[in-house]
Amino acid sequence: MADLQANRAARSAARREPTRRQIYEGKVRRRSLTIAAASTLAVVAVLIVAIPLAPGWAAVKKSFFNPDVFAKTFPGLLNAFLLDVAIFAWCAPAIAILGLAIALCRDVRAPALYPLRLFGILYTDIFRGVPVILVIYLIGFGVPGLGLPRPWNSPYLWGSVALILTYAAYVAEVFRSGIESIHASQRSAAASLGLSSADTMRYVILPQAVRRVVPANMNLFIALQKDVALLSFIGPVEIFRQAGVYKSLLANFTPYVGAALIFLAVTIPATRFADHLMQKQMRERS
Amino acid sequence: MATLELQGVVKSFGANIVLDGIDLDVQDGAMVCLIGASGSGKSTLLRCMNLLEPIDDGMILLDGNDISTPGLDPQPVRQRIGMVFQSFNLFPHMTAVENVMLAPRRVHGKSREALLPNVADLFERFGLADRMGHYPDQLSGGQQQRVAIVRALAMTPEIMLFDEITSALDPELVGEVLDVLRALREEGMTMVLATHEMGFARELADKVCFLDQGVIFEEGPPDRVFSAPERERTREFLRRVL
Repeated sequence: MADLQANRAARSAARREPTRRQIYEGKVRRRSLTIAAASTLAVVAVLIVAIPLAPGWAAVKKSFFNPDVFAKTFPGLLNAFLLDVAIFAWCAPAIAILGLAIALCRDVRAPALYPLRLFGILYTDIFRGVPVILVIYLIGFGVPGLGLPRPWNSPYLWGSVALILTYAAYVAEVFRSGIESIHASQRSAAASLGLSSADTMRYVILPQAVRRVVPANMNLFIALQKDVALLSFIGPVEIFRQAGVYKSLLANFTPYVGAALIFLAVTIPATRFADHLMQKQMRERS
Repeated sequence: MATLELQGVVKSFGANIVLDGIDLDVQDGAMVCLIGASGSGKSTLLRCMNLLEPIDDGMILLDGNDISTPGLDPQPVRQRIGMVFQSFNLFPHMTAVENVMLAPRRVHGKSREALLPNVADLFERFGLADRMGHYPDQLSGGQQQRVAIVRALAMTPEIMLFDEITSALDPELVGEVLDVLRALREEGMTMVLATHEMGFARELADKVCFLDQGVIFEEGPPDRVFSAPERERTREFLRRVL
């Protein structure tokens, strides 16, 4: 016993001295850090020196990076961004529900329900095949053009519908890939217990599939947050439109830079979080 | 309790004939062991008995009724025949007790409260009383496989099929799962096992069937098949595995 403890103490004392390998790895690490820092500094220095040398730099600086304009318009932009957030907030749940429904349509096997399956296939083909902006134009201008009474002619409503229809097609494909990724042995196990195929889908397959595709869907929803700005083309004064108003008012492009910064403040943390989830999942599965 | 009878069962996947005319008789309360090399058709035979794979030709009779009729609803049959798989196949998003209660709840329409006393008894009996609230990935392989057996038993099947249920386990965990089978044997459960545990088959089986290239090449009581196999190929197989 005493021997064992003495041995262990000797080993842990030895551990405090760096091993050959630790010394080597430390050297490599320090070298890599030095090189990375030096090359980054060099690139930044070139940019700082080179860009102002461009003939139009003074004009660009004045019209894109004007601190006075920025300070004046930023609160208004932030306020307009709330509309983007609101549109996102009511579109996102509708997209998730419709996307799941379409994914399930494509999975039905009963011959009587074949029309549903066909609908699912056509739906995803069409809405993934047409640019979002075209769908927004067609629905956002087309449907109110029918002369419906208020509030049924609102561009907010039909613009949102266009986003929901388009994004549901992508979300449906993600859900479907999740459903297909669940191993056949899970279906076998459920079947051997006498569960119906509907119960198997609802209690065994879907809960696993939905969890598995959360990161992929998060990336789609980040893209949605940006595409809300496309609704500005059919009327709603959200942040992009508001920036355009300020631009015309002040004859300066700085509001667009402000709008870009506001988008980045939301999308960068969201993207990092989605990446983190994706990596966590990869670690769990390996 | 029930009997199972197979007559000339044929099953192929594409051009690959996996079962080539299987005749097998499983008596009420009997334990039948299927032995043979990998790819000899043991697993496929069990999957056919559970109607997880449709058979191409022949008949499967449960208590004398043909359950292999094309177009027959497999669900009521599967409720009478339980199956346990080599890779456990527990539902990873549910706790052990939820795994066990899902099918009785959905198929028999019973409430959790009504099921709990019986389910808790099953967990208790197989040494899993303190594991009911655990998720599958918090359990050892042996525990997972015992939960899978409890899950199948909770549907009160009349026949149990076991597909190499110890093959994915670490050697020190095999014993605890075999003990469960021993207990079921004592209760008189009708069982069909595909297994590589030759000692276990020899000790407990009523009948051992040696499968080779999709046919039952030799069958009989374990003592005779293991100590005095009649066919050269059986002898060869046993020499390799014993």
